[in-house]
Amino acid sequence: MSGTLMRRLLIIAAAIGLATFFLVTNGINYGLDLKGGMYLALEVADPQGTMTAAARRDATDQALDVIRNRIDEFGVSERNIQKYGDDRIIVELPGIQDEERAKDIIRQTALLEFQHVLPTTQVEAVLPRIDAAILRVNPELVTAADTATKPAEPSALDLLFRQQQDSAAAARGDTAQSATGGTPPVSTRPEDRPLSSLLNQGPPGEFLVAVENVDRVTQYLSVPEVQRLLPRGVVLRWGRTPQAQGAQLYRSLYALQEKPFMLGTAIENALPGKDPQYNKTIVSFELNRRGGRTFGRETAAHIGDRIAIVLDRQVVSAPNVISQITSSGQIEMGNAPMTEARDLALVLRSGALPAEINFLEQRSVGPTLGNDSIEQGKMAGIIGIILILVIMIGYYRMAGVFACIALFVYVLIVLGGLSAVNATFTAPGIAGFLLSIGMGVDGNVLIFERIREELEAGRNNRAAVDAGFQNAMGAIIDTHLTTLITALILYNFGTGPVRGFAVTLSVGIIASFFSAVFVTRTLFLLYINRRSPTEPISI
Amino acid sequence: MIKIFQNTKYDFLGKRRGTLIISLVIVAFAIVPGLINQLSGRGFFNWGVDFAGGILIQVSFTQPTDEAALRDVVEPIASGSQITRFGGENEFLIRTPSAGEGTTQVVEEITEGLRQQYDAGFTIARTEAVGPKVGSELQTRAIMAVLLSFAATLIYLAFRLEWTFGLAAIVATIVDLLFTAGVLASLRLEFSLTTIAALLTIIGYSLNDKIVIFDRIRENLKAARNRGDFAELVNRSINETIPRTVMTGGSVMAVLLVLFLLGGIAIRDFALIMFLGVVAGTISSMFIAPVVLVWVRDRVGKNKTKEPTTPRATRVAV
Repeated sequence: MSGTLMRRLLIIAAAIGLATFFLVTNGINYGLDLKGGMYLALEVADPQGTMTAAARRDATDQALDVIRNRIDEFGVSERNIQKYGDDRIIVELPGIQDEERAKDIIRQTALLEFQHVLPTTQVEAVLPRIDAAILRVNPELVTAADTATKPAEPSALDLLFRQQQDSAAAARGDTAQSATGGTPPVSTRPEDRPLSSLLNQGPPGEFLVAVENVDRVTQYLSVPEVQRLLPRGVVLRWGRTPQAQGAQLYRSLYALQEKPFMLGTAIENALPGKDPQYNKTIVSFELNRRGGRTFGRETAAHIGDRIAIVLDRQVVSAPNVISQITSSGQIEMGNAPMTEARDLALVLRSGALPAEINFLEQRSVGPTLGNDSIEQGKMAGIIGIILILVIMIGYYRMAGVFACIALFVYVLIVLGGLSAVNATFTAPGIAGFLLSIGMGVDGNVLIFERIREELEAGRNNRAAVDAGFQNAMGAIIDTHLTTLITALILYNFGTGPVRGFAVTLSVGIIASFFSAVFVTRTLFLLYINRRSPTEPISI
Repeated sequence: MIKIFQNTKYDFLGKRRGTLIISLVIVAFAIVPGLINQLSGRGFFNWGVDFAGGILIQVSFTQPTDEAALRDVVEPIASGSQITRFGGENEFLIRTPSAGEGTTQVVEEITEGLRQQYDAGFTIARTEAVGPKVGSELQTRAIMAVLLSFAATLIYLAFRLEWTFGLAAIVATIVDLLFTAGVLASLRLEFSLTTIAALLTIIGYSLNDKIVIFDRIRENLKAARNRGDFAELVNRSINETIPRTVMTGGSVMAVLLVLFLLGGIAIRDFALIMFLGVVAGTISSMFIAPVVLVWVRDRVGKNKTKEPTTPRATRVAV
């Protein structure tokens, strides 16, 4: 056996060994479409479109860190979280069962603020002007809303509130109805008081709004003119959970000091739990040293007042300060299930998102469907390869057998190559794999046809084989290179599935070139060396 | 040794007017069904959620149910939805149109609606929700990828052979692509990301096929001592490569046919498109690409391997 032949066999053995090694150690990494799981594409929301490109990039980087922390705490094995482009995040969660929960954990901004609750009197003082502003700026908003929804029945609370508000009328003993057309400046007709007629007095620092009116109040409050009229430094925030007063459900609307005195960044640890006294769900948190000092100072100065714990601009609880608190506190969640408390504790530990998140794309595949696809893909692949074997051996005989051996080497190298680069095998990936099989077979066909031509032209075996490989090389290189270029372009421009196609195609092209040219040639050399130059070769 | 199509002398370039007419028919075939679809308001292609945006949910039930019952659940949540039976006994596909920014949210709403109606008697096998931004972006990216791969091929072939070869290969490949598009539009096959993968594979295969023949033409041009009729040389080159074309094309088509018949519902459409594309690609490599090549070289007439313009070639150019 000549030295070059020996070297060729060694190279092939090394390639097979390496491929087998990677295949055994890394295994085949199936894509989400095959093994089941969820794929999410998301971006940082910018509803006003005011973020600069740099700000977006920063916010995306921060969000990426936070989401990564959250998913890791949630505990998903082999998760893949990566940035895509400048301002997009891709999250891949294999084998996830509860998709909604996973989405909620990712989505929750978890911006935690501690704010002082202010008396409502400041807001009440400006209510008449706000009512007037709503009527002036947007009369159609009021009428449209009034005809659209039935105004709530005036409740006892409502009446009480009106009396407080309307002390002059109350002093004369007028009822709300008889005051129609009463003395200016304050009218008691609900249609003249679009906002204040919907607000009921609640405990100190909060209004109560019937749940069916919440949307309307939110709408009124978002009018810029109304926002301008609100007292400086005061902000109105909704309570998170509705509460019942008799048959009626109410949401609280709190008056809070606009500037929070402490943020969730001061939280060192958060744990879910049960309040032993009332059996309510809670999340207890511990503050870091700096946060503890701030909290101690503020609570000491406000004993008897309420402070609000605000999560994502909604008040989760507003306890009264009974004594100074320095290092820990708790968020009350009423009758919420424990999973919710666990998830809230998790997002508090992993930090707040810099802004809200938009989901742009969501794909998920259940485990059974994925399994079926793998089985079908394997089946189709095996049948396809057998078909090629039959055609090649039937037509090219011994040479066809070489082509088939080369094809097996090829399959092994592609699978090994894919596991070496940790590529994932997706359904479109199988398509890329098939295309490269086709190209490998084409390479062998080109070579064999050329050898036949040379034999026909009267060359001897050795010369015909050499010339055949030589002549076919141009076409093989051209076809493989153009396909490789296309695959690389696809990789750069494609997303998810198209990328999978491009990766297997690229790996496949390289393997196909090696097997069709190098492996087949080596087999041919072995074959020719063993027979006399005059004996016809089987091709 | 078995031999097929050895030493053939078919005249591929004789009926160039026929080639032109067939190409035009293919172009018409590609455009007319799509236009009819477009005018009847169904969209040129049957765009899947990947491109149109919207939601696709594949759901299977443990108890028998029907489209109407499902529609009652889905319609109040997302109007204009389509419900079709899919694969197995109690398996359905729910498609809803795009709901703007909140598209991904609708998945949860529908799941909740199903839960209320069927309790735990259903499993969701697959969901796809694509927001409007991603949909249009995917479209642009796919078109970009195709155009760029064409440009790269043109440049590569210009270096390796000559730009006329690149142009001819691309024109013929576009005809293949149009033919496949026509099939997609007339059969209303769903146009998804997988379809893009199939189309790109067809482009790859088709270009590959043409390059093999063009390589042979280049080789024969180099070897040609007498600068004879270029068209004749092209014709000889096609004939010389017929055995390879038949073997490779035949093997690939056979595999795709098996995929189409046995691959299951998920890859059936994919295999069909690929099969038709490969058939088109093989035919256009022999009948369209060489004709375009001869044409362009006649028109430009500045090629390095200048051959005297024969009466026959001028006749064709008209």
